[in-house]
Amino acid sequence: MGSSPNPESRQLLRFPPSMYAVPSSKMSPTLVKALAVPRVKLRGSKVSKYLDVVFRNSLLLCSLSIVAVMVLFFYELTSRSKLSIAKFGFSFFTGSNWDPVAGDFGAMPFIYGTLVSSLAGLVLAVPLAVGVAIFVTELCPRFLRSIVSFTVELLAAIPSVIYGLWGIFVLAPILREYVQPWLSKYLGWTGFFEGPAYGVGMLAAGIILAIMIIPIVASITREVLVAVPRSQREAVLALGATRWEMVRMAVLRNARVGILGGIILGLGRAIGETMAVTMLIGNRPEIAKSLFAPGYTMASVIANEFSEATDDLYLSALVEIGLVLLIVTVIVNICARLLVWSITRGNSARSNA
Amino acid sequence: MGVGIEVKDLNAWFGKAQVLNEINIKVAPNAVTAVIGPSGCGKSTFVRCLNRLHETVPDARVKGSVQVGDIDVYGTNTDAVDVRRRIGMVFQKPNPFPTMSIYDNVAAGLRLNGYNKRPELDQIVEDALRSAALWDEVKDVLRKKSGSSLSGGQQQRLCIARALAVQPELLLMDEPASALDPISTGKIEELIFQLKTQYTVVIVTHNMQQAARVADTTGFFLLGRLIEYDKTEKIFTTPSDKRTEDYITGRFG
Amino acid sequence: MPSISRPLSLWRRFVNFCFVVLSALAAIVVLAPLAAIFGYLVYKGIGSLNWEFITNTPRPVGETGGGMANAIVGSVMILGIGSIIGLPLGIGAGIYMAEFGRGRFVNLVRFTADVLNGVPSIVVGIAVYALVVLRQQHFSALSGGVALGIMMIPTIARTTEEMLLMVPNTIREAALGLGIPQWRTTLQVTLRTAYKGVITGAMLAFARVAGETAPLLFTAFGNQFWNLNPNQPTAALPIQIFAYAVSPFDEWHRQAWAGALILIVLIVVAVSAVRVVTSRGTMEHNA
Repeated sequence: MGSSPNPESRQLLRFPPSMYAVPSSKMSPTLVKALAVPRVKLRGSKVSKYLDVVFRNSLLLCSLSIVAVMVLFFYELTSRSKLSIAKFGFSFFTGSNWDPVAGDFGAMPFIYGTLVSSLAGLVLAVPLAVGVAIFVTELCPRFLRSIVSFTVELLAAIPSVIYGLWGIFVLAPILREYVQPWLSKYLGWTGFFEGPAYGVGMLAAGIILAIMIIPIVASITREVLVAVPRSQREAVLALGATRWEMVRMAVLRNARVGILGGIILGLGRAIGETMAVTMLIGNRPEIAKSLFAPGYTMASVIANEFSEATDDLYLSALVEIGLVLLIVTVIVNICARLLVWSITRGNSARSNA
Repeated sequence: MGVGIEVKDLNAWFGKAQVLNEINIKVAPNAVTAVIGPSGCGKSTFVRCLNRLHETVPDARVKGSVQVGDIDVYGTNTDAVDVRRRIGMVFQKPNPFPTMSIYDNVAAGLRLNGYNKRPELDQIVEDALRSAALWDEVKDVLRKKSGSSLSGGQQQRLCIARALAVQPELLLMDEPASALDPISTGKIEELIFQLKTQYTVVIVTHNMQQAARVADTTGFFLLGRLIEYDKTEKIFTTPSDKRTEDYITGRFG
Repeated sequence: MPSISRPLSLWRRFVNFCFVVLSALAAIVVLAPLAAIFGYLVYKGIGSLNWEFITNTPRPVGETGGGMANAIVGSVMILGIGSIIGLPLGIGAGIYMAEFGRGRFVNLVRFTADVLNGVPSIVVGIAVYALVVLRQQHFSALSGGVALGIMMIPTIARTTEEMLLMVPNTIREAALGLGIPQWRTTLQVTLRTAYKGVITGAMLAFARVAGETAPLLFTAFGNQFWNLNPNQPTAALPIQIFAYAVSPFDEWHRQAWAGALILIVLIVVAVSAVRVVTSRGTMEHNA
């Protein structure tokens, strides 16, 4: 076999001679020596072929564990709440009497309390969270951007029990002394802000929930806002739009489905939030129109009464509340994920890079 | 010493799309063979079939037989991992392991195959780096610098050293210089030229000058078929197929 | 005919101004509670912290002094058990999704992980109560660890997956091309390349469950005394803070603040310790 290209081919392709590699005769002796290393013997591959199968299957088991946990949760909660389901049927959800001594359980006050406190939280949180997200992605000077988003993420890192602690000793007194008197004076006529000002109650729970769900709504909103292509923004700006018009026409219109997903995800968090709400809502199973009144949520009643529920029916009723909570949050999360995925699919991994 | 290659009736698919069609080719030991052709002609897939890397892509399929030295690559008792260990490969973009030092990069192939004898390993790493003409540039920072801190050309020589350290019988190169500047390209080509004293080399390139400079034999691929395979000088001076002539004279591709 | 080049109307300018002011205001309003909580926590907590607090067990009502030493140790033990369960399962599932992740099954796992992430912690608590505590017939640190471990899995799995997907495919091919078996390629090349991101994800999951109270109420249960047996009811910092916060005693309120400060400090220390360890000993990169 020839060791250098034929001179004729050089002619044909018109290469300068300097572009040709050195002939093998010029090869350095050390290199020749280095190349002639004896081959080392490696371990047989039979074992590693076997290990590959073991490896893959144990990873598969890890993935299966996630699905298994979900299935087990449903199975356990359903089978442990059979007693209550059999006894009360659908009236469990409509009954408003919760009497462990008489063995009569209706979950209406807890469902009501959960809905009202979560909605109050959402009403307060959504404008703020969307505002922060817009501020961070569209308006904020670069140096502030990371500081603001880091701080918002810090809010998510504070344990629920510390929010509760702060709520009891700081938020509730402020509400009692200043906010509630003011609200009842000017907005008392609506019926939502009347009655004695305890501090703790639906309003306090709603406010603490708002603070706790702002990070999740804000971070999802930011994610979908970033996913709106730059060209869309520029197209609108080039038409002579102001910042606000650009955000309204190009950004929010494209991102609204994703933002809705973020809001629903926040709702899921609020519904299941336990400790801070338990510490602030007043824990009284009543249905009252006023947000000043104490209430009770599904999560709180489990937290407070589960360890004292001694007879089977009582325990079963509490587990059924847990089952309802599980089903509701699963549905809420599925809806939210589908909405968010429809916007950011295939985008999140890259935008983090 | 290098080994000969014999490929018989090789077909390859990605899903339903057939990318290689009845390839038959024989390569002599210790020769450099270039594989040329326009983009998408199947030349990369061809070399990836030689070390069974093609089948790691989802939905990819291969049919046919490949004999590399005494290895029946697609034999029923042949282990793909074993094949890849005995056939080295250098990729288009330099891909050193980013979290490993230069030394660890070169030693990776042996260590992760369970070979960790200390003085021998040091010697092999040095030899491999010398063979890849990188030793003098990195000998002082072997363990201090990560593979990804080198320049593009150095990274590619590091990848060659990494492939050589496993002491393969055949070296496959998939456009090894396409991401490099002309000076680095020159060094790589010089290296290929010298490596053939010890190895059989198959190199994919879209650069015909490069093929003419380094290869003893050249195969021209078009639309998944091997159109012509001959001595390099013959391909570039008097090709027997009209399509080959059109391609090397720049009429298409 | 209206002129095309008329100036921006006053109204549009005004609306735009309101928009900018309002969104900046939203940012300030959101940041205010954070400052308030941290400020108050440090102010109240430091005042109540002393050596006795971190070395003693709780005293009965009415006696001053005493501390949360057993709860601190208990929290560390429960979190340790949780990590032993959550880390391997989460990382394993993440690797499976990223490296072998095709088809319906993996999409199902991915989706289930996201949904599991949204399951309320109190529900995890009663489910683990039913799964472990009822079968064992007693509360234990072990069951608390199981609950926290389960809560860590989805976060760790999803971040591990995302980090591995960022490793370019050429790195995997380089390793496979050297004849390195698949399992070693995945563990010692791909995972090694992405390990910083994976550890960060694990830390996030850890920080999230470290302050969880609800799942421990009916699993670890709490304990006024020292306990180092993982099969016995065990005190945990968040449970202790909760119990003291809702009690009517000023002395206990004081201790709740001190406990909260310690909890936050523990979380921050754990997270930054891992940050320091992973950033040390890395070589210079320019990639």
